[in-house]
Amino acid sequence: MMRRTTLILIPYLWLLLLFFAPFLIVLKISLSDAALAIPPYTPNLKDGIGALIRELDFENFVFLTEDDLYWKAYLSSLRIALVSTVLTLLVGYPIAYGMAKAPEEWRATLMMLVILPFWTSFLIRVYAWMGILSNEGLLNQLLLWLGVTSEPLVILNTTTAVYIGIVYTYLPFMILPIYAALDRLDSSLDEAAQDLGCTRRQAFWLVTIPLSKNGIVAGSFLVFIPALGEFVIPSLLGGSGTLMIGKVLWEEFFNNRDWPVASAVAVILLLILILPIVLFQRNQQKQQEAEQ
Amino acid sequence: MSQTVFAPWDNPDEKPLIRFQNVTKKFGEFTAIDDLTLDIFAQEFFALLGPSGCGKTTMMRMLAGFETVTEGRIELAGADIGPVPPNERAVNMMFQSYALFPHISVWENIAFGLRRDKKSKAEIEARVEEMLKLVRLEKFAHRKPHQISGGQRQRVALARSLAKAPKLLLLDEPLGALDKKLRQETQFELMDIQETTGTTFVIVTHDQEEAMTVASRVAVMDEGRVIQVATPSAIYEYPNSVYVADFIGDVNIIEGHARASGTEEYALTWSEGQAPITATSQKAFSEGQKAHLAIRPEKIRISTEKPEDAVNAMQGKVLDIAYLGNLSTYHVELPGGQVIKAQTANTRRIARRDITWEDPVWISWSATAGVMLDQ
Repeated sequence: MMRRTTLILIPYLWLLLLFFAPFLIVLKISLSDAALAIPPYTPNLKDGIGALIRELDFENFVFLTEDDLYWKAYLSSLRIALVSTVLTLLVGYPIAYGMAKAPEEWRATLMMLVILPFWTSFLIRVYAWMGILSNEGLLNQLLLWLGVTSEPLVILNTTTAVYIGIVYTYLPFMILPIYAALDRLDSSLDEAAQDLGCTRRQAFWLVTIPLSKNGIVAGSFLVFIPALGEFVIPSLLGGSGTLMIGKVLWEEFFNNRDWPVASAVAVILLLILILPIVLFQRNQQKQQEAEQ
Repeated sequence: MSQTVFAPWDNPDEKPLIRFQNVTKKFGEFTAIDDLTLDIFAQEFFALLGPSGCGKTTMMRMLAGFETVTEGRIELAGADIGPVPPNERAVNMMFQSYALFPHISVWENIAFGLRRDKKSKAEIEARVEEMLKLVRLEKFAHRKPHQISGGQRQRVALARSLAKAPKLLLLDEPLGALDKKLRQETQFELMDIQETTGTTFVIVTHDQEEAMTVASRVAVMDEGRVIQVATPSAIYEYPNSVYVADFIGDVNIIEGHARASGTEEYALTWSEGQAPITATSQKAFSEGQKAHLAIRPEKIRISTEKPEDAVNAMQGKVLDIAYLGNLSTYHVELPGGQVIKAQTANTRRIARRDITWEDPVWISWSATAGVMLDQ
C-alpha cells in the first residue's frame, strides 16, 4: 500500500515541482507591476506577505486587451499554427502511407530516416534553412539556373518561410503517429472494400482515412500545440513582418524588460493551449480504450 | 420415385461457371499455381483442400481479382475475367480475418457494398434486413464489430459478402477462427444458406473434415497442382493417389508388387514370409508392377480368433490402442514389423473390451476393402 502511494506520488511531485510551482511564480509576476529594480517587478517577498497579496492586480491583463498588438499576435499565431498543421498533415500523410506500404525490410530504415534530423540541433537546422531560402540562397540559385524565374524569389523573412520551417521541423511528429495507425491496419480491410465495389480511391477515403483518424488527430495536436507558441522559427525565418505570440513574449521579456506583461502574455498563451491539450489527451485515452 | 442428383460435372452439356484454363501463377521464381485446369459449376459448393502453401489461397485471390494470372486464363460465365478489377467482378469474398470495418456498425457493414452500387435507400434497407434475418443477427444490427462475439462476426462477414448477390462467393478458411463445436454447427448453417441463396460457393480450407462435410466436390491440391477432383465420398473411397488417400482421413498403405490372379483381381506380394494379399482393382496392373494398397482402418476387422471366411487374414500383436470415445483404433504390429491400424466402433462398454495391449490378434479384410494405387 505504502509503495503504491509512493509510486502514484512521484508523477504528481514532478508536476508540482516542474510545472505548478513555476506557473504560480509566473502568475504572481503577471499580477505585479513593472519596476526599475532587481528583479524588475514589485511587490516581492521583501515587502512582506501581506503587502505582497494586497498589491497584486489584473492591470497587465487589462493592458493586453487595450493594445491590439497582443490579440493580433494571438490570432496570427493561431492562424499560422493551424495552417502549418494542415500543411504538415498534407505532406506527412503520404509519407506515412508510403512507409506503411513499403516492404517489411525497408520500414525500419525509413523510420530511421524520419527520425534522423533530430540528431542535429534544431537551431542549426533552422539556420540552414536561412541559407537555403535567402535571396542568394541555394533554392534561388537553383531556380535561376533552371530558368524557372528571372528574379530571385523573396521567401526568407516572409510567412511562407515560417510555414516551411514549421512543416520541416514538426513533420516527424505528424508522420510517426499516422504511420503507427496505418501500420496496425489489416490490409484485408482495403481488399474487402475493393471486393465490395470500391475503387482504390473510394477504399482510401471510406476505409483507410477513417481508420487512421486517431493517428491524424494525434499528429495534428503534436504539431499544433508547439507551433502555437513557436518562437525560434518565426524570429529566424519570419522577419519583422511575421507576428507570433512567442516572439512578442520574447521581446516583452528581453527587449522591454517588462516581466509582468510578458508573464501575463505567457499565462494567456497557456490558457489557450489548455483546450487542445485536453482534447489531445482525450483522443489518446479513447485510442487506448479502443485497443483494449 | 427417382430423385435427380445434383451432378452437373457429369453432364457434358453443362457449361461451367468458372473455368481455369492452363493457369500458371508465379511469384518471382516461385510457382504457386502450375498449369492448372479446372471447371466449377453453378450452384456448386466447391472446396479447395490442401496443406498450407499448396496454392489454394492464390487460386481464390485470382478469382477475387487480387492476383493476376501469369499464364492461361480464368473465365467466369464464359467471359475472361483477367482484365476486370476486383470492384467490378460479380464475385465477393469472405475473408479469413473477416475484415469487418471496425468504425461502422454491423448494419453499415452489410450495406457497404450495396451503397457502392448506388441503390435506392429503400432497396438497401430491404436487402440489409433480409441479410440480417438470413444470419439471425437482427438484434445486433447497431452494434460495432468489436461489440459482438466471434461467431456473430463470422455471420456478419458472410451476410456482407452475400448482400450484393454475387454469382460466386469465395470463402477463405471461413470457420478457422471458431471453436470446434461452433464450427460444426456453422458448417451446416453454411450449407443451408448456400442452398437457400443458390449461390456458387468456393471454400478454401485445410481442414479435410470441413471440406468433406460442406462440399459438393473437393479438389485436393499439392504444390500448385490439383491432384484429384471428386465428390467427398469418391475422394474418400476411391482416392487416385497415395497423396490423396493419406491426406484425407486415416489410411494404411501397403507397398508391394502386383500379379494378376483373376479378372480385375490381383495378388499383392508385400512381405517375405507373408501370404500375398488379394485385392480387386478396376485399374490394370502389369505383371510385377509396383502397387500401393490403401485400406481405411475402419474396413479392417480385428478379432481374437482366426476368422474363417476372410480373404485376407494375418496375425499380429496389439501395440497401441487409441481410445476416441465412439471409436477405438488398434495399432497392430505384424511379424515383419509393419504396423496396421484397425478401427472398431465401441458398441460395448470399455470394461468389456476383450482386446488389450500385447494381445495376439487377427486382422482381416475383404478383397474389395482397399484401393490399389500405382503412385
